[in-house]
This record gives sequence, C-alpha cells and structure tokens, in this order.
Amino acid sequence: MTRLFIAICVVMGMVLPAAAQDENVLRWASRGDALTFDPHGQNETPTITALTQVYETLVSRDAALTLMPRLATSWEITEPTVWEFQLREGVTFHDGTPFTAEDVAFSLTRAQGDSSDFRSLINTIESVEVVSDHVVRVHTSVPTPLLVANLTDVFIMSAAWSSTHNVEEAQDFAAGEENYAVRHANGTGPFTLELREPDIRSVFTRFDGWWGLEVFEPHNVDRIIYTPITNDATRVAAILSGEVDFVLDPPLQDLRRLESAPGLQVQQTAQVRTIFFGLDQASDELRSSNIRGANPFADRRVRLAMYQAIDIDAIQSRIMRGLSQPAGVIISPPINGHTAALDTRPGFDPDAARQLMADAGYADGFSVTLDCPNNRYVNDEAICQATVAMLARIGIEVTLDAQPKSLHFPKIDNRETDFYMQGWGVPTLDSEYVFQFLYYTGRRNNGTGYSNARLDELTDLMAQELDEARRNEMIAEAWAIATEDIVFLPLHHQVIVWAVSDEFDQPIVANNTPQFYMGRFTD
Amino acid sequence: MGFLILNRVFQAALVMIVVAMAAFVLSNYVGDPISNMVGQEATQEDRDQLREDLGLNDPAPVQFVRFIGNALQGDFGISYRLQRPVSDLVAERLPATLELVMVSAIFALVVGIPLGIFTALYRTFWGSRLILTVSLAGVSLPTFVVGILLIYVFSVTLQWLPSFGRGETTALGGWTTGLLTVDGWRAIIMPAITLGLYQLTLILRLVRAEMLEVLRTDYIKFARARGLTNRAINFGHALKNTMIPVITIVGLNIGGLIAFSIVTETVFQWPGMGLLFVQAVQFADVPVMSAYLVLASLIFVLTNLVVDILYVVIDPRLRTERRVKAGV
Amino acid sequence: MTDQQAHIPHQSLGSRMVDGIRRFAGSDLLYSFVRQPVVVVAFLITVIFILAAIFAPLVAPHDPFNPASLSLMDSFFPPSWVEGGDARFLLGTDNQGRDIFSTIIYGARISLMVGFAAVVFSIALGVLVGLISGFVGGWFDALLMRFADIQLTIPGLLIALLVDGIARTALPSDMREEIAIYVVIFAIGISNWPQYARVARSGAMSEKVKDYVASARIIGTPSWVILLRHVLPNILGPVLVLGTIGLALAITSEATLSFLGVGVPPTTPSLGTLIRIGNDFLFSGEWWITLFPSGALVVLVLAVNLLGDWLRDALNPKLR
Repeated sequence: MTRLFIAICVVMGMVLPAAAQDENVLRWASRGDALTFDPHGQNETPTITALTQVYETLVSRDAALTLMPRLATSWEITEPTVWEFQLREGVTFHDGTPFTAEDVAFSLTRAQGDSSDFRSLINTIESVEVVSDHVVRVHTSVPTPLLVANLTDVFIMSAAWSSTHNVEEAQDFAAGEENYAVRHANGTGPFTLELREPDIRSVFTRFDGWWGLEVFEPHNVDRIIYTPITNDATRVAAILSGEVDFVLDPPLQDLRRLESAPGLQVQQTAQVRTIFFGLDQASDELRSSNIRGANPFADRRVRLAMYQAIDIDAIQSRIMRGLSQPAGVIISPPINGHTAALDTRPGFDPDAARQLMADAGYADGFSVTLDCPNNRYVNDEAICQATVAMLARIGIEVTLDAQPKSLHFPKIDNRETDFYMQGWGVPTLDSEYVFQFLYYTGRRNNGTGYSNARLDELTDLMAQELDEARRNEMIAEAWAIATEDIVFLPLHHQVIVWAVSDEFDQPIVANNTPQFYMGRFTD
Repeated sequence: MGFLILNRVFQAALVMIVVAMAAFVLSNYVGDPISNMVGQEATQEDRDQLREDLGLNDPAPVQFVRFIGNALQGDFGISYRLQRPVSDLVAERLPATLELVMVSAIFALVVGIPLGIFTALYRTFWGSRLILTVSLAGVSLPTFVVGILLIYVFSVTLQWLPSFGRGETTALGGWTTGLLTVDGWRAIIMPAITLGLYQLTLILRLVRAEMLEVLRTDYIKFARARGLTNRAINFGHALKNTMIPVITIVGLNIGGLIAFSIVTETVFQWPGMGLLFVQAVQFADVPVMSAYLVLASLIFVLTNLVVDILYVVIDPRLRTERRVKAGV
Repeated sequence: MTDQQAHIPHQSLGSRMVDGIRRFAGSDLLYSFVRQPVVVVAFLITVIFILAAIFAPLVAPHDPFNPASLSLMDSFFPPSWVEGGDARFLLGTDNQGRDIFSTIIYGARISLMVGFAAVVFSIALGVLVGLISGFVGGWFDALLMRFADIQLTIPGLLIALLVDGIARTALPSDMREEIAIYVVIFAIGISNWPQYARVARSGAMSEKVKDYVASARIIGTPSWVILLRHVLPNILGPVLVLGTIGLALAITSEATLSFLGVGVPPTTPSLGTLIRIGNDFLFSGEWWITLFPSGALVVLVLAVNLLGDWLRDALNPKLR
C-alpha cells in the first residue's frame, strides 16, 4: 500500500507541468462571481470588475475617479446634441483585429439593444456616425451633458468577432439566454480571458499587445486567477494562509486580524455607495402590517420617528467596526450635489420618536415586515437585525425577511415590499442619476411609490441643462424637496476595504473596481 | 436467483420513476417557471406565447413524458440563477463530488475496519473503550464544526493545507481530476476527513458489532474447540463473515456521503454538486434542484442495486433482514 | 369463555405502566444504568438541558428573543472572566448584543423542541403506517413498504433540504418566518419515518399470527384495540432506542440546516444558527460566539447518543 502510494507520488511529480517559477500570478478572491462575460449583459459591480480586466471603454476613471481617456483620446460637444470622439490609434483586439470607429458604432448600438442591461444609461443616443477610421460622432435626441460620464461602463467589442460568433445582440440575461460571449471574450484590454468556469474560477493572461504598455508605466502581472469564495471564514482563511493575494471584500470583523497578520496590508477608502431603507408611502395600506385601512408610512411623522429611532452610531461602531460614515442623504461626498448640510441626520432620540408615533396615532405601534438582502452589502443582514431591535423600542414590531440578492431585488422592482434595504452607487458621480432611478415617479427602482411633480420636472430639466450653475441650482432644489419629504431613511456611506498581500501593490479606488494593470508585484 | 435480480432491477426502475415524478412536479408546479424566465417588462402576450412554446399548456401526462424524454437526454432546462443549461453545470461539477466521495469512503474504510476489529477483539482493553467513546463524540460533532476546526488548525494556524477549492486540476477528456497533482491531493485531505469521519465511526461500530456477534456463533466456538489458533479464527473465519454486511453498509452509505458532501462542500468551497445544490435551495433555483434530485437518486439507486445484486449472489440467505438492521 | 379470557391481559393502561415501572426498577436495565457512570452523567446532562429549555424564561438571565431588550452597544462583550468582559454576560455577547448564555438556553429550547417534535412526528407517522401495513398486509402493505424503501434510498438531509427549498418557493414570503420552524420540523420528521414504520410493521406481523390475537378477534375486539394493547407495547423498546438516536440526529440535522442558512430565522436563533453567526467571527478573535454554542451542541448530542447507545445495548439480550 505504502509502496503504491510512493509510486503514485513519483508519477505525479513527473506528470506535473513544470510551472514557470518567475511568473507573477495574482490570485484574487471575492464573495460573488461575475454573472456573465457578455459586456452588455449585466450592469452589476462584480461583473464589471471582471469585465474591466478584458474589455475597455471609450472613457474611464483613474484611481482618483477623474475621467481619463481610454479608447477615446479626446471628446468635445460640437453641437448641443452631438458629441465627437477622437479614437486611439494602434489599438488591437486580443484576436489581432485592429480597433476602429466601426467597433465603437457597433458596440454602442449593441449596448442600446433591447436585451442590453446598459440601455437606460445611454437611451438618448440616436445614432453613431463613423466620420473616419478614428473619429465618431454621437448624435443624441436631447442635449446630454453627462454622456461621457455615462460611457464609463459601456465596453467596446469587436464588430468582426461578434459577427463571426453570432453575438451581435447582447445576452438576454433575464430570459436565461446563453451566447458565445458569455464564456469567451475578445477585448482590447490588458488581459485576455484564458479560462472561464462560472462560480469556480476564471483565469486571465497578460496581453502583450496591449497599447497601454507603452502609454502607462508597464505592469508586471502575467496571470490573474479569480476564485469566488462565498463563505466569509473561508475567504479570510485563504488570504491568511497565503493562498490568495487579493481579497476584494474581506469581512469587517476580521480586519484587525488581517492587519496584524504578517505579509498583509489592509487598505480602505470611502465608497461611492450609500445604504438606506425604503418605505412604501404610496399604497393605501401595507401588505404586511396589522394596521388595515391606513398606511402608517404615509405619515411623515412615522417616517421621522423611525429615522430618529435608528442609532446609527451604534451600528457604525459595533456592526461596521467604524468603517462606515453615517449619512443624512443617499448620495456620498464625491457626488455632484452633495453638501455637508444635506448630509446631517436628525439626532438619535427614541423619546422624541415615541412622541411622534403617539402624535401620528400609533402610540401602540404596528407590525411590518422588513425585506433585507443577505449577500449584497457589507453586513446587510446584521444591520437589519439591529434595526429590528431599535424599532421594537418605539413599538414597531418588525419581522425580518433576509434573502439572497437575486430574490430581494425583484421584490422592490415588483412593488412587493413595504419596507426594504437598498444601496445605491453612482457611476456618473452626479445627483441626476439618483433622481432618475430612485425618486422619479414610477421608475422601476423607486420602490417607495413616491411621486412629486416638481421633483420630476426638475429631474427632466437637469438632464438637458448645459449651464453648470443653473443645473446645480436645480439639483439643490430637488434635494431640498427630497430631504424634507423623508422618502428614504439614509443609513451610511459604505467604506471599501481591500486586503492585499504585501508583495502586490494596488491603488484602491472608490468605485470598488480594481484595474489590475495599475497593480505591481514588488519583487 | 435470476428472478431476484430481475425483481431488484424492476424496483430500481420504479424508484427512479417516482423520483422523476417528484422532480417533474417540482420543476413545473413549484413557483412560476415563466416569471422566472422573462424579464419584468415582458407583456402578458409574451408570457402566453412562451407558455405555449414551452408546452406548458399541454396535459400533465404529455408534459411528464416530455420531461422524462428530456431528462434521459440530460436536459433539465436552464438554471434561474446562473442562466446556463443545468446539464453543463452538473457535468462540470460531478467529477469534484465523486472524487471527494470516493476518497472519503476509502479513508473511512481503511481506518474504520482495523479499529473496529481491534475494539471487538480487545473488548475490555481501556484503549478500546476510549476509541468507542471518542468515536461517539465523532458522531456527535456536526460535520460543519469538524470542517471549521480543521481549517482553523491546519490552514490558519499551521498553514499546512489549503482551506478551499480543489487545487490544481487536470483535464482528462470531459473529466477534471485533482488526483494527479500534489496540489490536488493537499486540497482533498481536509474535506475528505471531514466528510469521512461520520462514516468511519459508523463502520467502526458496525464492524465491532458484527465481529462480536460472529465471535459468539457456534461455529466459532466449535473452531476454538478444534484448537485453531486465535489468528486463524479471528481473521480466517470471523472477519470473513463480518465483511458481507460491512460491504453492504458502505455501498448504501455512498448515498449518505453524497448528501453530506453538501455540507462539506459549503465549508471548503469545494466546487462540486453539493455546493451547487445548496445555493440552488437558497436561491429557489428549481431546475437545478430537480436535476440534483434525479441525479443523486440515480447514484443511490445504482449503488443500492449493485449492492443488492452482490448480496443475492454472495449470500441469498441473509438477503432480507440486513438492510432493516442497518436502518440506513 | 373464562379460559379464553385468561389469555388476554385485562389491565388498564395505567396499571400496566405502574407494572412496567416496577419491572424496570428491578430489572437489568436499571442495574446496567447505575453501573455505567458515563451513562448516568449523560442522563443527567440531558435532563439538565431539557429542564433548562422548558424553564428558559426562569433560568436565563436575559430574553434574547425580545428585540426591544437588546442593545447593540452590548455587542461583542467577551466572557465575564476575560478582560473587557461584563458581569451581566457570563459567556459574553454576540454581534447583536445577545447574552450568549441566555441564547444558548433559548437556542437549546428551539433545538430540543424541533428535535422532539420531529421525532414524535416521525414516530407517529412511521408507527401508524407500520402497524396498519403489517396488520392489513396484502397490496396495501406492499405499496407502503415500497414507498418506505424509496425514501430510505434517499438520505434524510437531502429530503429535508428539498422540503425546505420547496417551501421557500411555494409559500408566500410574509408567512415564511412564522412557519419556518414548522417547515424545519416537517422536513426533518418526514425524512425519518420509514425506520419506525419497519419496526412497527414487523412487530405487527409477528403479533398478528399469535393465538391470543386470534382469540381477541373471535370475541370481537376491534383491530385497533389489539394493535394498541398488544402490538404497541411490544415495539416500544426498539422504537425508544431508534427515537433516542433519532433525537440526536434530528438536533444535528436542525443545526446543519440552520448552518446552511435554510433553517430557523436568525432573530430566534437555534444552536445551529448561533454557530453559523459565530463562524463569521471565529478568525476575528470573538471565539466565544461560536465556541460555546458548538460545545453545548456537541455535549447535548453526545449525551443523547450515549443514552441511545446504552439503551440499545441494554435492550439487546444478545449483548448481555
């Protein structure tokens, strides 16, 4: 038996491929896998993070989140409804095809298709005109001052490759469609997709023909192996034992241990994402409440009472371990329209809250169900549990229903929840994005049923306003209305934390999307 | 004997039909398959059209026959969660689970049988009592606690073994194996121990009980009276007679191993069917759940069938009551 | 006539029990019990757990299931004897400020309740099916036993997970939390009934051919009376053994389901839920959240297993 075992070991030793020892392999782990590799299939941060290693956009953001040229070298508004982009020359796709204006026209059209998840970002585009091999003009139906900011997540594919592999339309993710682009990729980016096993691992290899090697300081990452590890404890164990080099979402409670572990560093920065609760304030009565014939949330006093009953400092110090910034508005500081005055909460005051409840006629409280995701935001379920306890003290008996994100979010979209947790990041770094998606009457992501004619009007106006000062006035007025009405109960702005091996140097970015060409192995 | 084997095959087929019916009911009547497939903006006409296209308006027996037909070709539809054909997902993950189960079973046998024999032969020795008590503690430790403790000790504290995944795998045609690389073997040690521990305890206790019972029988007493050596009696006669039920139990427990691989795979992030299944349960991913049910049942039924047939071949006399006693 | 009646014991159930206890007191069972200190300890531990669970509101210093009594500022206190601990919380607190000691007691209450209810459910269903099956025989028996065979083929954990998964999809979401615990009981209970059915069936089959049953039938005693009076007492022993081991199994199953995140809701944690929560804090130094509940679970299951083990050996005449 033993002899057999030794024999096996010897054979295995010979079979083992001689691993190149001097290869720099970045082993990267996070909680959830990318949902697809179709560049226009899903607008979701973990998916975009994986895509951004392989595909590029016309415009992107640097580590400080300022816009920077990528496949476009410059852009300008030539007429109110026309944007002109100069494209980079000498760029090739991974399969060797040169990158031209045709690819841009094709990709923007594809991203606007019915099955694309990015179409609402660029729905004002009417046509893309190919002026020459390296110049395009984008015509919009109305003036669209934020078009460039909206293009930072729209990836460019090869028209020829898409036609060869019959993927001219984006994967219809919701309909369960699978196409060639879901597991294969051909971008212009710094890495090629070598292997894709969904939920198991993805392997990326350095693309030696990448144009950026000559433009930026060249990176030294030869290969990236990405492994999704759902279990928090396992993910921590993996980086502690040196099996991975980079964890995108280390659990907050383990940071102290990670910090003190030799060979590891923990980086942090404020994220452009705010977490808040939504309340259905429009329905005649709540679905899950014992109060019939009336909707307690329709009463501003009740909403204010709940706001004041939440001890955000306790949540910050105990659940978030200090790694959050209590919020008074659902946009974070880097976003245009944010002010310190907006971002202040009414003080935590259970007595005042109880008084407000009594004034509103709910001295005996009421019951309601809180819907909460359990795998989307940092410590989402724990925050919801703590909220249950805090609201119990002002008489609101909350039943908690914590579920995976794929079951939670449809409830908001389908108006099947009275009281829910939500988080919102703003890729455009402008308030308009938030008004469009969360406050506008009847929008899918507006689960509160909130409707305010003036706010809708302001939102429409600010989308087309080219004068910056006038536009900012509109934004300020809109926020005054939204804050006064207490449409949402803000909780906090998230803080991003990355755990990285000392041997790898990667600048942290506030959109939580690391681009590994910016990383360096230090010997 | 031919009749008995035929009977067993017939029973196995019956089981699979019942399981297929359960899977059919699960995938067609639990939740609304349509609303899981179309986007929120789909119109009522789109939904009706899709319903007609998918044949959901046909009579139930027609749908069932179609379901069986598809299942026989390995088609279980598309996962709601991962948006990929379930058959592809299963094909990717089956090797990981089967390798884990095999290695665990071998571990449980190789350690369990000798310990069982030892504790039976030296019943009163303190070491035997210790082994028995510890083994009971082994049964009482939930699988996930064992896994977590192993990770804590061997991955985090000592940093000897990897805490997750299969390590480096080699593709052999459609099968990926982790058993051809040192890395793969290192990765399988802790999951296999975690999964096999419970089976080890069962085997140990079963071997002990069977051995004790056999040692009591008249023919062993007679053998002693004839003056045979202890060694000849213990290993020549007693052990041989103990092995039949042990082999049965091991065969039957393959099912248990597959079921508990769900827990082990969750703890060690082992990319097998169990992990796929538990995520399917959390996400109410019905096509994956029904496919797993059919596939796992098929494996149980086949192992049962093989064990039963072996049994009939080896020892028809004991056929009926052993399984009752095993209470698996 | 009187001759016949002499064969049929005509005692009330009560007096039969008294008789049983008297027999037990003078039996080998009691002798083997007191002779094994390990078993006595296991028995005591089980009793303590059960009493603590029943009287949880009196025993536990805090009520962790009442959200209004929790304060987040009390979270993550280490055990009281460790530096930084608080005298109010003997074994420390969890991430929501729940007292671990109280939560273990309340959690054990849930675990034991789920365990007992699941076993009772299994026994009731299994014994009923088994008795009827064995007594009626014929195609009815064949059908039921084939069904039991099918179920035995599939491991209990898998069935429990499936039942839970189906309930999750089929039931409206606002009901889910209220009935979660019943779903778990049903899921665990339904996965274990065939064992009891087999024992009951073989008991019924062996009894029904005996003379006194035939006699009882002749004088018109209804079948269910015969089953209840004569068959049931005979299978109590094996059912008790199976039930004890089944209890340990059910508690472990519940913990496993809760660990996988499909068991009882986190606002009313069982031991398994507590371990799952605590597992996230194992590496961060808050070991008490997972270690104490794990210890409690292991001790409880071990004690029950030891009892079951001893019962089986004690009731098996071959091993004496």
